[in-house]
Amino acid sequence: MAITRDEVLKVARLARLELADDEVARLTDELGAILDAVSKVSELDLSDVPPTSHPLDLVNAWDEDEPHESLALEDVLRNAPATEGNLFRVPPTA
Amino acid sequence: MTAVVDTLRLTAEDAIALVERGEVSPAELHAAYLGAIGEHDGELHAFLRTVEHDDGTSIPIALKDVISTRGIATTAGSRMLEHYVPVFDATVTRRCRDAGLSILGKTNTDEFAMGSSTENSAFGPSRNPWDPERVPGGSGGGTAAAVSAGLAPWGLGSDTGGSIKQPSALCGNVGLRPTYGTVSRYGIVAFASSLDQVGPVAKNVRDVALLYRIVSGRDPADSTTVELPETVVLPVAERLDGLRIGVPRQAMALEAIEPGVRASFDAALALAEELGAEVDECELPLSFDYGMPCYYLIAPAEASSNLARYDGVRYGLRGEGETYRAMVERTRDDGFGDEPKRRIMLGTYALSAGYYDAYYGQAQRVRTLLVREHAAAFERFDMLATPTSPTVAFPVGDKAADPLAMYACDLLTIPSCLAGLPGLNVPCGLSEGLPVGLQLIGPQFGENALFRAGHALEQALALDLVPERLR
Amino acid sequence: MTWEPVIGLEIHVQLKTRTKMFCRCPVGFGAPENAQTCPVCLGFPGALPVPNRTAIEWVVKLGLALGCEIAPRAVFARKNYFYPDLPKGYQISQYDLPSCTDGKMVVPLQDGEHVVGIVRAHLEEDAAKNVHVGGRTGRIGGADYTLVDYNRGGTPLVEIVTAPDIHSAEAAKRFLQLLRQTIVELGISDAEMEKGTLRVDANVSVRPAGSDELRTRCEIKNMNSFTHIARGIDAEVERQVAVWESGAEVEQHTYDFDIGSGALTARRTKEEADDYRYFPEPDLVPVEPPSELVERLRGELPELPATRIARVATAIEHERALVLVTGGLDALWEATVAAGAEPVAASNVIANQLVAGGADPAAVDPGELARLVEARERIPRAALTEALAKVGEPGFSADPYLAQETVSDAGSLEPVVDAILAANPAQVEQFRSGKEGLLGFFVGQVMKETKGQADPRTVSELVRAKLSA
Repeated sequence: MAITRDEVLKVARLARLELADDEVARLTDELGAILDAVSKVSELDLSDVPPTSHPLDLVNAWDEDEPHESLALEDVLRNAPATEGNLFRVPPTA
Repeated sequence: MTAVVDTLRLTAEDAIALVERGEVSPAELHAAYLGAIGEHDGELHAFLRTVEHDDGTSIPIALKDVISTRGIATTAGSRMLEHYVPVFDATVTRRCRDAGLSILGKTNTDEFAMGSSTENSAFGPSRNPWDPERVPGGSGGGTAAAVSAGLAPWGLGSDTGGSIKQPSALCGNVGLRPTYGTVSRYGIVAFASSLDQVGPVAKNVRDVALLYRIVSGRDPADSTTVELPETVVLPVAERLDGLRIGVPRQAMALEAIEPGVRASFDAALALAEELGAEVDECELPLSFDYGMPCYYLIAPAEASSNLARYDGVRYGLRGEGETYRAMVERTRDDGFGDEPKRRIMLGTYALSAGYYDAYYGQAQRVRTLLVREHAAAFERFDMLATPTSPTVAFPVGDKAADPLAMYACDLLTIPSCLAGLPGLNVPCGLSEGLPVGLQLIGPQFGENALFRAGHALEQALALDLVPERLR
Repeated sequence: MTWEPVIGLEIHVQLKTRTKMFCRCPVGFGAPENAQTCPVCLGFPGALPVPNRTAIEWVVKLGLALGCEIAPRAVFARKNYFYPDLPKGYQISQYDLPSCTDGKMVVPLQDGEHVVGIVRAHLEEDAAKNVHVGGRTGRIGGADYTLVDYNRGGTPLVEIVTAPDIHSAEAAKRFLQLLRQTIVELGISDAEMEKGTLRVDANVSVRPAGSDELRTRCEIKNMNSFTHIARGIDAEVERQVAVWESGAEVEQHTYDFDIGSGALTARRTKEEADDYRYFPEPDLVPVEPPSELVERLRGELPELPATRIARVATAIEHERALVLVTGGLDALWEATVAAGAEPVAASNVIANQLVAGGADPAAVDPGELARLVEARERIPRAALTEALAKVGEPGFSADPYLAQETVSDAGSLEPVVDAILAANPAQVEQFRSGKEGLLGFFVGQVMKETKGQADPRTVSELVRAKLSA
């Protein structure tokens, strides 16, 4: 189940991974081999089988609408790479 | 006043008794393990960091470095989180602390728990205490190596496709992957949400049961957890009368299983029969053929989404970039190693428009079939048994260049993980001087039965689980 | 060729729960930046979502009010994309199995009742707030950097999607007024566009009148009032009609509409279409609302605005009925009519003068109001205005106001009229040469002079008589 270089680049963009050229080449090969192996799942006719999202048959887990204590500001920002005042700072989006 | 602590042989249960009797203080015990670490961990690299002083009132514990510890760096084995210090404890960390346990240190792991050898750790692999040229297994190889080398009385790991069980098998100790939903994932650096479970690793089954009792139970902060239907019982029985053990024919037919592993496993089953168990073949027609492909679609898909938060904005590594997008792409290229990148790419692809139905969607349906066929097997049997790992510990570097070969390490552990079932690794012998592990798989919430069976087998086998070279 | 607009609306309602959708951080205005956050809404490693039970109940309540099917099994899903205001790199929403589907809202219009289908209503979490900072580093075009405040991130939202059943800007406005009133009366949101607790995007296309084809549609975003939306729709319809009539084809774009200039500006097309890779959220389990809950909520529904409009409109005309109900005034109107007031007059007084006077409708004594309505032409205008401003005060009595009489005796008014006419010769001249509108001016001056005590009709007759002499 080969994957083309173009598809690899497209997926990398979706996943926000900036890949070097040699990485792209290597990943194209590796992903191709892995996709080959995992495509085995399509051998089975499963039209009548429902999907399983959770191994446990659990429903209706929720919490009452009661406030908890929020994090102290110094904890919020403790690991932040860049801040301005109490805000997280990032390069411009445009 | 201070008993000489033989960390190589001291069980957690015995250590707790020592502290309770006042024969050793928690601080002295903590220091003793730090001493052992100082002496042996240079070679084994089981720990990424240790904690010098801790206010625990009981014995120490090692925590895999995907488990959040407030104020103590938690890296998940990745450059992305190399300097990340959580401001909150994982629920399991808090439960350990509430039980008086002191945090000894954080153990090495394959990056983001992705791997079967710790060779994917950004900080270098850990080594197998039985033979440091070999891997301890993964992703939780650090915890397993630490326990077997007497560097920690016990530890917590995390298991997604076998990351607790397989290292325990390769290092010769007991590891439990619990029933999905019985141990909280809150604060565990997520890999694959519908598969990740935190579990205990220790020298024997009673210790594992004791630690499971401490950390298990519903957590309101994790919507996917439930209360245990029955309390955890520390096993005492030494016989297996009436126990029906099923051995999946399709598992045993796998060529990948080494002869030495097969021999050890068969001998252990013979012993089980002597103890009164009924051992028979059972059918799991699809699990060992389709389990791997199914897992390697679902786990990377969930991982690709779980790892999207590593974008350099609020914590962790930040790469250079003139724009937000450039910064994010740079951050993720610099911060992730090869295996996470592979899985993120694979997972993104499996979820993408046009491919969802054929890949992720199909894998979720295969998963239903695996759940069903395990449930069917449990109508005839109380538990299933297979070798945990097809091979004994392999040399460092042997499989690192071949992703598919590395994935194959989990052939035997993956299917029951997909079904959310508990699995216990019990050391069952040696092959070429290296540990072999037997995997007991139970139905949902079947931990007590697993502990009973594992304990009886362990007592009967009476293996010396201290690595020969360390005795 | 006549063209018919085809409009569908996408509405986001911010629920006024106490805490966020997936964590228990408080929701609310005015907190210092990033002070209402926790590991969950910051997307810290290992954090997990836990749904807000009230939000789940409220989306069911809204679904019931909109006549929807309540899903026996609703599943949360991840919508994956990267943006600074999205800490996890995905938004938790609902996709294949939303909480509510297949509802409708009946919108009374001039030409009868129109049914607008509600395709779905689902729960999701709001994004955080980006502030784009610019002009500091001289960078050309766009911001210099972006600052992020996560307080808003995680607030519960309900997204409502209508079918393309709306066929005019006016109908869209009416629909939104009705929807908003319904939401407010359910007590689940303040639903104010200016505050961002109600957000609306419009999907607009056109087709030849009478056909049922669906042509390419464009989206208009970032409008912040119902009037803004109506004008934006009109502008876009006009634009699209022009395109089709020129022989070209409408292309799919997203627009911003500037109400000041009336201009539609197309947004920059993205390099690649978004692929959100929706999949069921593995950290959350499905929601299966127990039937006792659904029935209890159904029983708790107040009489909804649409039903009340229909009832009120049996006594007064539709437009007026809609205004009363969407303004939350119909309960007062009904009580005032029950106390004896004439329905049309009561609706006029309430909708215009009462509202203008600022009295709180809930505090008004309908009996006293009915007396004022009855006397509205008899007592001086100034007295009526003052009474209506105070009618909501505790213990209000109409007595002192009803005791006042307008001066309608021509004899006492005549000197005043003469004085006004003498003081404004230019206007008198203009009136005599045809500017009949100035009658109002003269009457106004007399009213002012008599401090509102004069009867406007008598004054008007007097002025006319004197000016035509």
